Amino acid sequence: MLLKEATSDQMDEIIARYPRSRSAIMPLLHLVQSIEGFVTPQGIELVASKLGLSTAEVSGVATFYTQYKRRPVGEYHVGVCTNTLCAVMGGDAIFAGLKEHLGIGNDERTSDGKVSLEHIECNAACDYAPLIMVNWEFFDNQTVESAKALVDSLRDGEPPAPSRGPDRLPTWKENSAVLAGLNDGHANEGVQAGPASLVGLEIANRQIPEIGEQR
Amino acid sequence: MKLTPVLSANWDQKDLFTIDGYRRNGGYSAMKKALAMEPAAIISLIKESGLRGRGGAGFPTGLKWSFIPQGDGKPHYLVVNADESEPGTCKDMPLLLANPHVLIEGVIIASYAINSNQAFIYVRGEVVHVVRRLQQAVADAYAAGLLGKNIDGKGYDLDLVIHAGAGAYICGEETALLDSLEGFRGQPRLRPPFPAIAGLYACPTVINNVESIASVPAIINGGVAWFASMGTEKSKGFTLYSLSGHVKQPGQYEAPLGITLRELLELSGGVREGHTLKFWTPGGSSTPLFTAEHLDVPLDYEGVASAGSMLGTKALQIFDETTCIVRAVLRWSEFYQHESCGKCTPCREGTYWLVQILKDLEAGKGTEEDLDKLLDLCDNILGRAFCALGDGATSPITSSIKYFRSEYIAHLTAGQCPFDPVASTLFAGVNA
Repeated sequence: MLLKEATSDQMDEIIARYPRSRSAIMPLLHLVQSIEGFVTPQGIELVASKLGLSTAEVSGVATFYTQYKRRPVGEYHVGVCTNTLCAVMGGDAIFAGLKEHLGIGNDERTSDGKVSLEHIECNAACDYAPLIMVNWEFFDNQTVESAKALVDSLRDGEPPAPSRGPDRLPTWKENSAVLAGLNDGHANEGVQAGPASLVGLEIANRQIPEIGEQR
Repeated sequence: MKLTPVLSANWDQKDLFTIDGYRRNGGYSAMKKALAMEPAAIISLIKESGLRGRGGAGFPTGLKWSFIPQGDGKPHYLVVNADESEPGTCKDMPLLLANPHVLIEGVIIASYAINSNQAFIYVRGEVVHVVRRLQQAVADAYAAGLLGKNIDGKGYDLDLVIHAGAGAYICGEETALLDSLEGFRGQPRLRPPFPAIAGLYACPTVINNVESIASVPAIINGGVAWFASMGTEKSKGFTLYSLSGHVKQPGQYEAPLGITLRELLELSGGVREGHTLKFWTPGGSSTPLFTAEHLDVPLDYEGVASAGSMLGTKALQIFDETTCIVRAVLRWSEFYQHESCGKCTPCREGTYWLVQILKDLEAGKGTEEDLDKLLDLCDNILGRAFCALGDGATSPITSSIKYFRSEYIAHLTAGQCPFDPVASTLFAGVNA
């Protein structure tokens, strides 16, 4: 079995990090997605046998978390934040624009298998609204037009670098391996901080120190 | 009031996230100091500093550490909550992107203080580059002898695991996080027992927010007096305020606790040009909304609470007069419905009905009695579940009806939403 051969040693290595093996269930499910693209029945069986659990117990966990997919997603999974702040700032318009542009709905993928679309909840980048995540990498300050251009380049196989992320946008499977706990060596790429993360510091640096103030 | 960058002080250095970059700025010097102290002395120092939890609840950090029983023969665990998902909250992720080592240094100090040899950072899974930075920082810390056996030659051992979540807001709730980390569906536990007695694997466990733990090295180095020189009587120190929405310069603003939104807006350039403030959240969507009448509320734990809301995560989401309150509240309600874990009936069923009613109201289809029904539902959710998710779901509803009842009614009178959604977008008038 391809999955088993590809992951058995990695699975053992991940399980060994935890005081109790069951704690490894989440990284192992991410690892299954890194090979299969989604959580397959074979993946559930393998995780269950590795951890000494029933398949029902593993399925119960897998179905609780939205990042574990029950069917294939695109090579590039596009998440548009439509929680209140991003929605109001343009996320709703972006999501509607992308659905129309790609001809697919929420939780669907294009026929070439390149791009899938999902509306996501707050992704902790509200100061970069409206936000799009591709394979869970940040694409900040989007517009309807920039979002359409982004998905076009994904379909053309020329993905742009994320706003705050590695130099090359990894595929869905590659990033699933990182989530499984496998360091891909790209941590030192990309900016340390985006512009919005620095505005407060820049304003503070321009403030005149009060007399006698300690640094 | 002036901004006081401490956590964010060096974020403009391009290699700060590397171990060399961090050490060049004095990184890991607080750890050296701490490992030469008695663990109990560190707990006392953090207690005296007045540091309170930065994840929302504001519980005194040192007091939490002191609840861990000592000499009990059980393993102790430190778990850092990096599952930042409260709508509007965006402080921990930029902190970890720019400076993962400050968290690791804080983890070493905190773990040593509570006599723990195993720590975890539970980071949300939807931010892969943050996960990457943490993984690399941990690997570099091990290689430098700062994690693992006999840390810094002081005879103290600590292992640290980066654990990525998989998309569940509820796992930011500390007991749901523990269940998730144990390999179960992330559902909250009934308390007591509290995690300090029976936490991870039923062992004594401290769970702290990223910003709380990342503040520890600065307190060890700067001292209690320095830390307490910032902030207010019961809310000491500096903290990250996250401005987002209809403002000229959204971003992270680190200031002493007790600064007001008016001051933050003056410093940052204010609401976007030609518009006025309508409503805002002081600490994420689970904290009751404020309006322009709350501009001078001191943003510390007591100040915000006495004005009827909560400091929460200091996520200041700013909405101007182009924003429809009903649309905003409906969207938050849909979020809580989606994220309710389903364990407790009032939250699971209640959030579902809140959404149904709000959808009708936004479309101008309900009646005024529906507002009372909403409030009645909120009454039956608040305080009736294991955790605070349901409580949070009621906050935007009850506060918006309090301040904007007439706007709900205007939807009913017009038979539709009277707002133009394009006007509230960032690109209004640009390419829309």
